[in-house]
Amino acid sequence: MNWDYLLSLFMGGLTRGSIYALIALGYTMVYGIISLINFAHGEIYMIGAFTALIVIGVLTLAGWNGMAILLIAAAAAVVYAAAYGWTMERIAYRPLRRAPRLSALISAIGMSLFLQNYVRMAQTANFLPFPNLIPDFACLKPVAHIVRASEIVIYAVTALVMLLLTLLVKFTRMGKAMRATAQDREMAMLSGVDVDQVISLTFIIGSAIAAIGGVLIASHVGQINFYIGFLAGIKAFVAAVLGGIGSMPGAVLGGLVLGWTESFFTGYVSSDYEDVFAFLFLVGILIFRPSGLLGRKQTEKV
Amino acid sequence: MNVRISGRAPLMAAIFLIAFVSLWTACSQKEGAPVASEQKNLPPIKIAVVGSHSGDLASYGIPSVRAAQLVVDQRNAACGIAGRRIELLVEDDVCKPELAANAATKVIGDGAQVVVGHICSGATKAALGIYKEARLVAMSPSATNPALTQSGEYPNFFRTIASDDAQARLEVDFVLGRLKAQKIAVLHDKGDYGKGLAEFAKGFIEADPRGAVVLFEGITPGAVDYSAVVNKINQSGAQAVIYGGYHPEASKIVSQMRKKAMTIPFVSDDGVKDDTFIKVAGEFAEGVYATGPVDTTRNPIAIEAVAAHKAKYGEDPGAFFLNAYAATLALVNAFEKACATDYDAIVKALRSEWVATPLGIIRFDERGDAIGVGFAMYQVQGGKYAEIK
Repeated sequence: MNWDYLLSLFMGGLTRGSIYALIALGYTMVYGIISLINFAHGEIYMIGAFTALIVIGVLTLAGWNGMAILLIAAAAAVVYAAAYGWTMERIAYRPLRRAPRLSALISAIGMSLFLQNYVRMAQTANFLPFPNLIPDFACLKPVAHIVRASEIVIYAVTALVMLLLTLLVKFTRMGKAMRATAQDREMAMLSGVDVDQVISLTFIIGSAIAAIGGVLIASHVGQINFYIGFLAGIKAFVAAVLGGIGSMPGAVLGGLVLGWTESFFTGYVSSDYEDVFAFLFLVGILIFRPSGLLGRKQTEKV
Repeated sequence: MNVRISGRAPLMAAIFLIAFVSLWTACSQKEGAPVASEQKNLPPIKIAVVGSHSGDLASYGIPSVRAAQLVVDQRNAACGIAGRRIELLVEDDVCKPELAANAATKVIGDGAQVVVGHICSGATKAALGIYKEARLVAMSPSATNPALTQSGEYPNFFRTIASDDAQARLEVDFVLGRLKAQKIAVLHDKGDYGKGLAEFAKGFIEADPRGAVVLFEGITPGAVDYSAVVNKINQSGAQAVIYGGYHPEASKIVSQMRKKAMTIPFVSDDGVKDDTFIKVAGEFAEGVYATGPVDTTRNPIAIEAVAAHKAKYGEDPGAFFLNAYAATLALVNAFEKACATDYDAIVKALRSEWVATPLGIIRFDERGDAIGVGFAMYQVQGGKYAEIK
């Protein structure tokens, strides 16, 4: 047994898993509240990365230094992506709130295609280099083959985001309103909860988290293009389903499990069938736990 | 049973019809030939140019027609080949095998003496048998499928482009010979191009006692990151990586390797020999090796050919233009050197006579591949690809 190798695969899986988890949170929050699979969510992640890249380009020209640029770029990405999320809900989903669920789903797919092609035309179809703004700390030199500074930042940010989100949902007034809307939208409305506002806020928070994921992974991998949201979005969706769609701890657990599965399978078996195995695993879990790892059983009331 | 017989009848009729029509065109050609020689002292030499001139892949075929036209115009202005004019017969095969066979039959019927074409490997293969029956030389500027020459099935086939496995051969020779690596990791992107190259490379390494393949893996294009694969390369103890695929994945893998303090050489193909790769991978691109077509920008014939194209068509030439230019020049040269138009004499001249072309000075080997046309190894040095001599 080679422990270094095992550990590096574990860390690699944790990185992937954290990113999947950040994107999956947005899927699961939206699903929890309006039972809509927001297929355009991966595109919000991509838009976050693009916004950060543009801001970084401008600030680098202005002669700023590393860490400050990253923070400002991330803040800009969060604001911009949140605005996209809010607008998207307004124009693509709110008018369809009373329509059959399938209509909203089609609208989501359309939104995804629209955003992809919009970025492709407004920006470029080529791959763009994304600067690595997370410095390599000297104290990490001895373990550079196992874990990198950017990965540690990814773990830390993911943990922080989850903590804040849990606090928000569990202990604030808004969180209480969100939980109420998720449980029963009409009843929440009758008790004086502004449901429209809650839904808008859900989109804003989900998009902001996806944008953070976009900035982190772009900085880690070093390149972006208009299409990165598609595969990341699909994988994150799988993670959300795996963990139990609608459940926030489930999304995080699903993301991590998926990341580790892929990493270990590639490391010990073969990367040729990485995706095949990831999806087989999903099928396997859903056979034994149809509502996902942490999902609650839905009882249909007659 | 009745149904089956009646189902076959139209097919039989069609076969008879085709056989009859081609017989008829062949006969009429023989009758027509003396008339032409009476009108002029010598009949023109007919060169067919067949390829995709319409459809999705038209951009691969049209430059060949223009290249042949430019060479022929130039030759005819200087009284052709030994006083005989050269005439072009242009046929479209849309890169479809079934249309390629028709086009081949048509140009044979029209009296073509040699063929420049076809463009796509599949279409070329479909037409070659027909040319072989008719004892006609075909020279493709672009069909890279290795089997076309290596199978030995088509002695009448020649090409002015290196075959697909030539890059893999060069990469393997470079890694084993120049870099002296013994354990090699071979990766690919699971696509036709990348996987094909990687499989050739694997075969060549296994056939060579100097090296061994320690890892052979396909990666998922567009994945969020490749750290697992990079760890696996590290774990395998590879001394060099050969990657078959395109630049987006290559730049991710190289960046992740270098960030993990892995400094082993990374050798790839002309899908990576692109300036976008250097732009995206930045500092991590430095030192990466990639094979690419031999540089022709300083070849005087190439400069002249490109200038002639710009003068006549008002734009830069397209894909395989120089390869087609070289093919036409080689064929014209073979006619001149052979002093004849019969099959055996032309084939002999192609195999023995060196000719100066935009791709360098070339001749053809026994199998029909051009000697002197091929790939060179490049390395990123100071943010640019530089050829390694």
